[in-house]
Amino acid sequence: MAVTFKKNPGDIIFSFITAIAACTVVFFIIGILFVLIKESSLSREKFGIVQFLTSTAWNPVTGTFGALTTIYGTFVTTVLSLLMAIPVALGIAIFVTEIAPNFLKGPIGIAIELLAAIPSIIYGMWGLFTLSPLMRNYIEPVLQKATAGIPLINVLFQGTPMGIDILTASIILSIMIIPFTASIARDSFNLTPAVVKESAYALGATKWEVVKDVVIPYSKLGVFGGILFSLGRAIGETMAVAFVLGNNHKIFTSLFDTAATITVTLANEFTEADKDIYLSSLFYLALVLFMMSFIFLAIAKIFLLKAERRYSR
Amino acid sequence: MKREQIRKIEGVIALSLSTFSAFLGLFWLVFILGDVLVHGIAALNLSLFVNDPAPVGVSGGGLRNAFVGQLMITLFATLIGVPVGVLGGTFLAEYARGTTIAKVISILSDIMVSVPSIVIGTFIYAIMVKPLGHFSGWAGAVALSIIMIPVVLRTTEGMLALVSWDLREAAFALGAPYYKVIIQVVYRGAATGILTGILLSIARVAGETAPLLFTSFNNSFFSLDMNHSMSSLTATIFQYAMGPYAIWHTQAWAASLVITVFILFLTILGRIIIKWRYK
Repeated sequence: MAVTFKKNPGDIIFSFITAIAACTVVFFIIGILFVLIKESSLSREKFGIVQFLTSTAWNPVTGTFGALTTIYGTFVTTVLSLLMAIPVALGIAIFVTEIAPNFLKGPIGIAIELLAAIPSIIYGMWGLFTLSPLMRNYIEPVLQKATAGIPLINVLFQGTPMGIDILTASIILSIMIIPFTASIARDSFNLTPAVVKESAYALGATKWEVVKDVVIPYSKLGVFGGILFSLGRAIGETMAVAFVLGNNHKIFTSLFDTAATITVTLANEFTEADKDIYLSSLFYLALVLFMMSFIFLAIAKIFLLKAERRYSR
Repeated sequence: MKREQIRKIEGVIALSLSTFSAFLGLFWLVFILGDVLVHGIAALNLSLFVNDPAPVGVSGGGLRNAFVGQLMITLFATLIGVPVGVLGGTFLAEYARGTTIAKVISILSDIMVSVPSIVIGTFIYAIMVKPLGHFSGWAGAVALSIIMIPVVLRTTEGMLALVSWDLREAAFALGAPYYKVIIQVVYRGAATGILTGILLSIARVAGETAPLLFTSFNNSFFSLDMNHSMSSLTATIFQYAMGPYAIWHTQAWAASLVITVFILFLTILGRIIIKWRYK
């Protein structure tokens, strides 16, 4: 397969041009890292790493900045949305690969892909104008009433239901990441060899037992990679949550509170930053976000590659 | 006997739940799309496309500036992103086929596709907006092209890899140098696939908002000047939906409808072409 071509000047030029084009991706990654590190230097010198990451102060007036409130907001919305998205996504993947009759497989697959293609700003606007009133008027009061007597859990649902809060944002985010998780899980399920499944059926296993004891264990690396991948995406999602989160820098305990994530803070405050230290701190946040999502995505990719290599034998 | 029944019941419950979740997915799609359609169609009218925004309270305002701005930013992003992406994909699938460097760049591209787009906005702000001192359409186009390049690169790589090696050998046998084989034989064989990849990558970036917020920013006036801040549909939707006026909300719905229909059309078209060509 290896091609050795000597010496046609056209090839030397063309291979050089294409090589540079391919390397732009690497340049971008290094460039982003370099620029963010450089731009955040003012903030990094003033606040250091540990203090910035553990301080809850976010005060543009006095010029003191810490990332903990936004990291906390990002963490909670991401985890909540994953908790809601993963069961549904796995259910969809099981339905498409094992249950659906052939005439339904195509349409459901396309529907999931369309769901993934809808731009995030549409999710955000739909959340603000449609989901948020529904949450405020119907779902949140019911949740509050249902949990009123239960200690610890009722803390999660305290406060006036406004519809503009963590819960609404997490639901929108979960709808957004369902398609990613579902399509990766579906691809992983499809890698299970038919022979293995048929053997289980021949032993008298029910369909659910085949899924539970054969397909899922067989594809767990890929499914895990898919979940991590969705996590990486959810961390960096901006517009879907920007409308309904309120951009309020504080450590919240109730899911009916407004909050801020790294992305929402950047979207709302970047063009308003009037002081150097303010802008520099926002770049610092962007750096934290970039590193977090890059690390998660890289680990996810390693898992997916491992899964692919193991099963493609 | 009893155990078997439990197993059966367990199976029925689990499978119904998974069927339910599939229909839940469908439900969200129908709910969101239906909502955009209902509100959007009610808000659509001709003045939306031919007029520029009017002051609040004056009727007959439109979003011509945003439509034109969106088209220009997307067009220039495509003009920058597609050649780089296609050439890069060519390197990975041809000259560097099977090498470690090709694998590393492929993996990095896959990661780049999902890197938060708002980070790319801050990056472009630092290297293009801050040094020049003002927002510009170019900055927006470059930001979108950075998102586009890894998408085009990966699909091109995949499509070129599908072209059978025999075809290349046949061309080599006729004495053609590799670059001619690539341009005249391989590209021709993979043309439909690459085109589909380009369509899908346009669909991917056309709905991006976050990278435009601090690059092309927004502009309430009609402008064709890529050197200054430029309106885009997505940034306008963000501004209008968050704004206090009902007329802004209506126009935001109309803009959402247009952009959603455009993107879903490209996505479905891409699907159909792939199905038709690579069945």
